[in-house]
Amino acid sequence: MDDLQSALATALRLVISADAGLLEIVFLSLRVSLTAVTLAAVVGMPLGALVALQRFPGRAAVVTFLNSLMGLPPVVVGLLVYMLLSRAGPLGEHGLLFTPTAMVIAQTLLVLPIIAALTRQTLADLHREYAEQLQSFRVPAWRGALTLLWEGRFSLLTAILAGFGRASAEVGAVMIVGGNINHVTRTMTTAIALETSKGDLPLALGLGFVLITLVIAINALALSVQRLESRV
Amino acid sequence: MDAAVTSIDTGHGSASVTDILLLKLHNAGLRRNGQDLLTDVCLGFDDRRLTVILGPNGAGKTLLLKLCHGLIAPTSGTVTWAHPELLTAPRGQSMVFQRPVILRRSVAANIEYALRVCGVNRAARPQRLQTALELAGLSGLATRSARVLSGGEQQRLALARAWAIQPQVLFLDEPTSHLDPGATRSIERMILSIRESGTKMIMTTHDLGQARRLADEIVFLNHGRVAEHSDATTFFQQPETPEARAFVEGRLLW
Repeated sequence: MDDLQSALATALRLVISADAGLLEIVFLSLRVSLTAVTLAAVVGMPLGALVALQRFPGRAAVVTFLNSLMGLPPVVVGLLVYMLLSRAGPLGEHGLLFTPTAMVIAQTLLVLPIIAALTRQTLADLHREYAEQLQSFRVPAWRGALTLLWEGRFSLLTAILAGFGRASAEVGAVMIVGGNINHVTRTMTTAIALETSKGDLPLALGLGFVLITLVIAINALALSVQRLESRV
Repeated sequence: MDAAVTSIDTGHGSASVTDILLLKLHNAGLRRNGQDLLTDVCLGFDDRRLTVILGPNGAGKTLLLKLCHGLIAPTSGTVTWAHPELLTAPRGQSMVFQRPVILRRSVAANIEYALRVCGVNRAARPQRLQTALELAGLSGLATRSARVLSGGEQQRLALARAWAIQPQVLFLDEPTSHLDPGATRSIERMILSIRESGTKMIMTTHDLGQARRLADEIVFLNHGRVAEHSDATTFFQQPETPEARAFVEGRLLW
């Protein structure tokens, strides 16, 4: 019990004093997850729009596939990216395994289906409502897609936040392709998972605080986005 | 204008040969799932008078309007424009839907969007926007979010937005069917001032009073067929067909 209390106290001290080691981990986590979410949004939103608005054979199957990928287990994504980037893998020559880049790749793949599937859902719903009006304005398809993306901006922002929440809280993928190397690939989640077992409870707890705060902040942001939407 | 156009059979011979026929339907029909929704529609529309397509619910008024506007294609017969580019050009025609789609932006941005996608010259847009806002009486609400406006204000915005691009033809589909009497009056006032400005309008309504107040000419539609096409005064004073007589006298048609 005393151990736990002192660990808690040390953890709080680490957070309040903005400990360099802790900050390094927090910043790396944020850098990796934000980069991954940005890439996933850049690819995922046009992809979602395409599936939502373009008629092509096998579209229903693609939608089902995309929706199932939302629940992709992070460890599986980690494993696939590991095999891709390992020395013997097809991209092995670039030596990316156990680097932040590898973690960005893994998280991008993890978040991409979430953003693409939510974008598709949003745009498909909007399209039902807007199609005739856009046709009446004689709007070409590409412009109609841009219009719908803008009309759905609040839902899309929520989708991006959901993606960011997923990326920053997952441990499986970054653990496998990053390896939790100190000063290089140690993120909040891998540190909590591995430092706990090594007995560095204060660092794990401190990072836990930061992570929870981050998750609460994301949810608060998502809620205010929805509030904003009801007024626009 | 095109000489060929003046010789077209208008179905019921009401449009005189001196009129310029902007749009004509020849034996146009629409068949879906084995059901005839519109049958043998022969109509000619001139380029100035306010046409009201009148008829009971389910007569096919909205479908006829969408057929004219090019949103759906006829399954038989033809819909021809005197100037074919009017069909596809964004500024040729516009339509106000029964339930208009109001964009999630400000009132002014809704109108600006229409001006932009319809290719109105950038320099001309501010003036058009102001005129449209004034027409709709929405100048004071220009920066307000359009989605939070009342139903009547949204319909006024939709009408102003459709008119702002200065279309050759403005289609209105039951523009007041969801509105209270006050909001209906403002919409009708707007429609009359748009007519003053010389814009051709084709609108549907099932409201006899509204047809009396607005129409220059009436197309009476019943069970997907044009039962009568005549001047408004003629139609209301001496309806030719028994169906039209029943409708004018307020006896419902089924």
